[in-house]
Amino acid sequence: MVTNFLIYGLVNSAILMLSAIGFSLTFGLSGVANFAHGAMYLTAGFIAWMLINYLGLSPLVAMLLTVVLMGILGALIYRIILMPVRGIVLSEVISTFALGVALIEFFRWKGFTSFDFSLPPFVKGSIEIFGVTIDYQRLIIIGIALIIALFLWYFTHYTNTGLALRGMAQDEYTALSIGIESDWAAMLSLGLGAALASVAAVAILPLGIISINLGYEIFLIALAVSVLGGLESTLGLFVGSLILGYAMVIASTYLGPQWGQVVYLGAIVIVLAIKPSGLFGKYKELEERV
Amino acid sequence: MIEPIIKISNLCKSFGGTKATNDVSFELKPGEALGIIGPNGSGKSTLINLISGFVKPDKGQILFKGINITGMAPHKIVNLGIARSFQMSRPFYNMSVFKNLIIPISSPRARKLRGGKYGDLDEAAIHLLEEVGFERDSQVPYKEAGALPHGYLKRLELARCLALEPDIVILDELFSGMSMSEIASVVPLLERIKKEGKTLIMVEHRLTELFKIIDKIIVLNFGMKIAEGLPRDVMTQDEVTSAYLGSEVKTGA
Amino acid sequence: MRTNLSHRKERIDRGIKVRSDDIFVLASMRDLLYVILPKAIVILAMLILPLLKDVVGMYWLNVLVTTLVVILLALSWDLLASAGLVSLGQAFFFGVGSYIAGYLSFKFGWSPLFTIPTATLVGSIICALFLYPVLRLRGIYFGLITFALPLLLARLIEATKVLGGTEGMSALPPIPGMTGKLYLLMFVVLLTLFGFRRLISSNYGLVFQGIRDNDRAVIAAGYNIQWYKTQAVFIAALPATFAGAFVAHHFQFVGVPAFAMDYSILPLTAVVVGGAGTFIGGALGAVILMPLSEILREFGSLRVVIYSLLLLLFSIGLPEGLFKYVKRKYSQIERLTTMEEVKHD
Ligand SMILES: Nc1ncnc2c1ncn2[C@@H]1O[C@H](COP(=O)(O)OP(=O)(O)OP(=O)(O)O)[C@@H](O)[C@H]1O
Ligand SMILES: [Mg+2]
Repeated sequence: MVTNFLIYGLVNSAILMLSAIGFSLTFGLSGVANFAHGAMYLTAGFIAWMLINYLGLSPLVAMLLTVVLMGILGALIYRIILMPVRGIVLSEVISTFALGVALIEFFRWKGFTSFDFSLPPFVKGSIEIFGVTIDYQRLIIIGIALIIALFLWYFTHYTNTGLALRGMAQDEYTALSIGIESDWAAMLSLGLGAALASVAAVAILPLGIISINLGYEIFLIALAVSVLGGLESTLGLFVGSLILGYAMVIASTYLGPQWGQVVYLGAIVIVLAIKPSGLFGKYKELEERV
Repeated sequence: MIEPIIKISNLCKSFGGTKATNDVSFELKPGEALGIIGPNGSGKSTLINLISGFVKPDKGQILFKGINITGMAPHKIVNLGIARSFQMSRPFYNMSVFKNLIIPISSPRARKLRGGKYGDLDEAAIHLLEEVGFERDSQVPYKEAGALPHGYLKRLELARCLALEPDIVILDELFSGMSMSEIASVVPLLERIKKEGKTLIMVEHRLTELFKIIDKIIVLNFGMKIAEGLPRDVMTQDEVTSAYLGSEVKTGA
Repeated sequence: MRTNLSHRKERIDRGIKVRSDDIFVLASMRDLLYVILPKAIVILAMLILPLLKDVVGMYWLNVLVTTLVVILLALSWDLLASAGLVSLGQAFFFGVGSYIAGYLSFKFGWSPLFTIPTATLVGSIICALFLYPVLRLRGIYFGLITFALPLLLARLIEATKVLGGTEGMSALPPIPGMTGKLYLLMFVVLLTLFGFRRLISSNYGLVFQGIRDNDRAVIAAGYNIQWYKTQAVFIAALPATFAGAFVAHHFQFVGVPAFAMDYSILPLTAVVVGGAGTFIGGALGAVILMPLSEILREFGSLRVVIYSLLLLLFSIGLPEGLFKYVKRKYSQIERLTTMEEVKHD
């Protein structure tokens, strides 16, 4: 029982972290709160599905291709939709929000709503750990979440590109003056964010069917994890997903499945109200340069 | 002996690793004018932010008229009588210039001091603008503030301070970006403010003009107060010249 | 050297516009017409429409109700935005108003005459209290919390089964008479519209605008901006909670849909299409969008797609919105002029 709880809590945490990582990265690097994050996740799922079922590609190839395609799409979205309104927070939010809703509702209209829409797992089958049966896909999700977190941390702290991007996010003008081009950086961060959203999609979606409302849910989950951990903090992302992951499992086991959503929505509201910088965020009230 | 109007002791503030203000103390008597100078990044603006409450100090104490205002909310400090201008003058872009002044003129403090003559606010705003050198009959006061040239913005900043009828006026690099003639027109106004008994604190890089107004001066370097005294005495000190001319920094006095 | 004649369009501000932007110096009957015609047409249309039950049909009168409700939510949005608070969840205000009115009449049998004013007032206070903690933050934090709050409240009501749970509360007493109902709604819309326009250009409203443009300068003038923002939220919540309470009695039902995202997206789209900052813009947007949305109803969720694409298009392509655009055109005369082009070769 306890091991069951521990393991499934861990799986859930990994799912949350993987879902949130793209959103958090984009926000941390370019300051864009990508409200279309969930829509990207959903789109990735459907693209992978179509590549497999219409073009008959092998699942692995289809999934890799999806990640690449989505990365390009993310960059294009920056070029076409975000660049004209860059810097105007309201317009950035509205544009990504509108795009997200348009994508999600487009799939709904096209009738992508049935049990046929699901992705195959990477590896079928399951294994028993400490007396708990767990399928390989869930283990793979934990693995991918860890690898990506490590990669990101390395990327933003030790590679030139990553450092440049972080510099950008911290002080646009200074970064500009030492030759880091802001549009390039932001485009890259959106592309990366979209690619990560699709990694999450192809890894997580095989656990169930691709349901349209995931488009909204994933965004809210990403928001909850990032807000709790502190927007733009990698460590926060990690801890935030663990807390929320276990909290959701506890709530839905003891209170009923409908409480899972209450947990992450409640987390957004409560954290913003009480400690808006989250657990590890750097936001300080008015302590900016005057 | 006259009580100091403001007394600052052992003020410290770090941002991450940088000690922006490092153990700064000074006091001013009512009607005195203080100049704060120092190289770029020496912590002048931070000191002002600490006094006006926009940044909370890590350590130290600020007494204003005997009241401890350390860490108090900035709007409360204003209402006690300390007004400040900003180095980066950002107006309310979408409002006409005189409307920019309506906000400070109808603020709690100004209303209390001026009495509640609401109808006259526009007139009062235009009058204030005239005082800081906006020509009354020109179109300028009615233009959108976003369209003003830099020198005018600076004077608008000054007017915003004066509208509050403060006891202490703190000006952060008022002269920078102003033309010679603009400065020349503002200096007499500042001298008059001083004569009226207001206390002035000015951060400046334009020393010649600054010295016409102030009584004493503080030199900051790396957040520390490295000299204090009469302008002509201070400027000849070794440490000050080296801080300005950029020779090696000596630590410890 | 040769010259050739060509034509180009010339735009000239109309005389009356040149003379003054908002103080009108009337020189002729034509000027007078020019100034009051747009307002008169709108007000006349509003007065006459409710009387046309037989011509327009009940169905479209209901659309009119929805349109007016969205206008109220849009006006509320615009006032918040004037104080620099960007709301992504007007459904929050709407739902709070709805539920208070619904509960009072479901549980205690109050008549709409009492529930609506109570829900408006108490609801707005509750909204202000709820949002108070985030008002000290800048940027998108206010938007995020308003986005999450209505969703959370809906899920909470479903999960805890309070306030009627998933089924909601039905069989609420209606507001009698379609015509009277519409007049009430229109009266509130006009009151809010003109009230907000006045408010925002008053000295008090200037403080709101100041907070939007440069909050530090407002603090430096000695204002407690958190308190002012709280007031802005309260005032802006009034029409929105009213709309919620009104709709509760109009549909004779309150349920989780009161917190649906529609009530956040529709007013937002209306404002973006019509133009923020003018109040009339949002109203214009709603008047265009809501009937359009009815016509598109048969297309199912394609309607939402079109909606969001419009939102996207206007927010990128015409950020000032339709109203300012139309207004500018209205106060200009366009005519062809001949010009001599001189070419040196
Ligand atoms: N909000 C802040 N966050 C981090 N560092 C800050 C902040 N404000 C100031 N600093 C740092 O503190 C130091 C002092 O800055 P300050 O603006 O007070 O200098 P200054 O003397 O006003 O310079 P200048 O003449 O350029 O205006 C600088 O190193 C600056 O980078
Ligand atoms: Mg400075």
